[in-house]
Amino acid sequence: MTKPAKGPDFPPTELSSDDLKRHFPDKEEVLKHYREMLRIRRFEETAARAYTRGKISGFLHLYIGQEAIAVATAEAISPGDRVVSTYRTHGMALALGSPPGPCMAELYGKKDGLVGGIGGSMHFFDRDRGMWGGYAIVGNHIPVAAGHAFASKYTGDGKVTLCFMGDGAVGIGPVHEGMTLSGLWDLPIVFIVENNRFSMGTPLHRTVPVEDITARAEGYGFASDRFRVTSVTETRDRLKEAIERARARRQPTLIEMITYRFRGHSMSDPAKYRQKDEVSAWRKQDPLERAIDALQSLYNMTEDELEAIDEEVVSEMDAAMRFAEESPPPDPEARFANIIV
Amino acid sequence: MANIQIREAIRDAMREEMRRDERVFLMGEEVGHYNGAYKASEGLLEEFGERRVVDTPIVETGFAGVGIGAAMCGLRPIIEFMTFNFSAVAFDQILNNASKIRHMTNGQFSVPIVFRGPNAAAHMLGSTHSQAFEAFYAHIPGLKVIAVATAYDAKGLLKSAIRDDNPVIFLESELMYSKRGEVPEEEYLIEIGKADIKRPGADVTVVTWGQGVPVALDAAALAEKEGIDAEVIDLRTLRPLDDAAVIESVKKTNRCALVYHGWPYGGVGAEVATRVQDLAFDWLDAPVARACYEDVPFAYAENLENLSLPSPERALAAIKKVCYRT
Repeated sequence: MTKPAKGPDFPPTELSSDDLKRHFPDKEEVLKHYREMLRIRRFEETAARAYTRGKISGFLHLYIGQEAIAVATAEAISPGDRVVSTYRTHGMALALGSPPGPCMAELYGKKDGLVGGIGGSMHFFDRDRGMWGGYAIVGNHIPVAAGHAFASKYTGDGKVTLCFMGDGAVGIGPVHEGMTLSGLWDLPIVFIVENNRFSMGTPLHRTVPVEDITARAEGYGFASDRFRVTSVTETRDRLKEAIERARARRQPTLIEMITYRFRGHSMSDPAKYRQKDEVSAWRKQDPLERAIDALQSLYNMTEDELEAIDEEVVSEMDAAMRFAEESPPPDPEARFANIIV
Repeated sequence: MANIQIREAIRDAMREEMRRDERVFLMGEEVGHYNGAYKASEGLLEEFGERRVVDTPIVETGFAGVGIGAAMCGLRPIIEFMTFNFSAVAFDQILNNASKIRHMTNGQFSVPIVFRGPNAAAHMLGSTHSQAFEAFYAHIPGLKVIAVATAYDAKGLLKSAIRDDNPVIFLESELMYSKRGEVPEEEYLIEIGKADIKRPGADVTVVTWGQGVPVALDAAALAEKEGIDAEVIDLRTLRPLDDAAVIESVKKTNRCALVYHGWPYGGVGAEVATRVQDLAFDWLDAPVARACYEDVPFAYAENLENLSLPSPERALAAIKKVCYRT
């Protein structure tokens, strides 16, 4: 038996007018999605500027290009559901409602940061808003997320866990073990691979033997879904299907979302391994750009109207940066806190 | 008092805590239908059912992580490693998740979990199955580490470990599961972090724990025949370490020997030695000596294995060395 052929199975496509209406069916909804995606993008750009000015250190992995997934997640879940994410995690926290000020303060390593300046960029947690991490050892959160789902089954709390990972994670052992137990025990969980085509600097075809990652779902007894992220609306609806499958029938789903990050792996990565025309092809499919197109072409919004929203968002992120700069560093005693109860 | 085996003490501790607290469950390989690879969970499946006594496939990273994730949700898992040798497969879960999550989340989450199972060399199991793990785990801030040597300590400390809000590594011994001891009929707890004098003495302090305890006691009996009165201190908890108990004894005896199962390089014994010189330097009449594993992987062959183990005779040699007796 031969392996399935490799190749770009999601080539750039123009949206037909029917597609456009399906993806962007309601002006108010699209407007909201536009604003939420923009908030994440402007936050990340603000953080990138602060990083180049030396205000932020360590690793900084930006979510630019993938924002629609986080925004869709926030709309798809119910209160009390748990979202477990990776080290590329600011976008998810913002979408779930973590205020930009404490998020930015966390990047600055300040006392008022989301986790008091202890975690940094890769370790965002905001329990009350459903943000359950923030994991930076690739793949090691998959068993932990399965444990959250195990607790839901054990207590009957009716909650669903959503576990995100990148395409670069799918080869590592804990992913296999966590998925095995999730399938074996019928846990209420949804696994989402955010396939941004690169494991750091290595393209997908050099890291996975079969490019359709959902081909693995059958072996775990999961349902599966696979699509290119075009709009928040569609992404949310397909997530909702999987979430309800987990909640009502306790069947896990493996979803592969084809997406793209427009920046390097982290701030120290100029991403020279990608061709300009590849990036520009994906730019045309940027869900944020498509939302802008839809607002203009379907709903006759003007550039000025969109620009006004952008200005509001930019000033929100400027305020977040001021909040971070004005926040004091953590107290010296903080390094001893919360190690042992 | 009841006279029971250590495996029964462990089982009774889990049973009492599971009866007491619905959030406590046991998970691991062969813990349920098989009643435990070393029968430490005998009868628990029958009493509590498959919801709370959970058999797993051979996926240490998987079930260690599931335990951590469940603990973050407020459950209180007991994770059994069939042996701590297999915990190496799950080391990342313990190092990067269990020990760090409370700190890293600024206290948003706790991880009340116990990882338990047999530790250290048993008998002729070869290099991969003959390792003592306390040095690895005691190295990590955010964990508590316990090693027990009697039925009384096993039951009282395991109950405390299950009620503790921190991740606890609980080290047992395959060779000692059948060892019997007196245990009160009524409920009791032993405070984590307290050493216990297993044999009072005046001439030399012998610090030990876990599988080292019977070796140290045998060595003390040999020493007595040579006119040396050894005090044997069982640390019981390796992190946090009961400095006070060790130092108080050393200030009395002015001599300290370490007897333990574990490699010498960078181990718990080295940590005890540095604390003794730091906190009781002026009271010491001799450098601290130790009897532990040889600095080699274990061989299968019986004669080679015996040469690498801390025997009572090698422990006696360490005791005599710090007493300047030959």
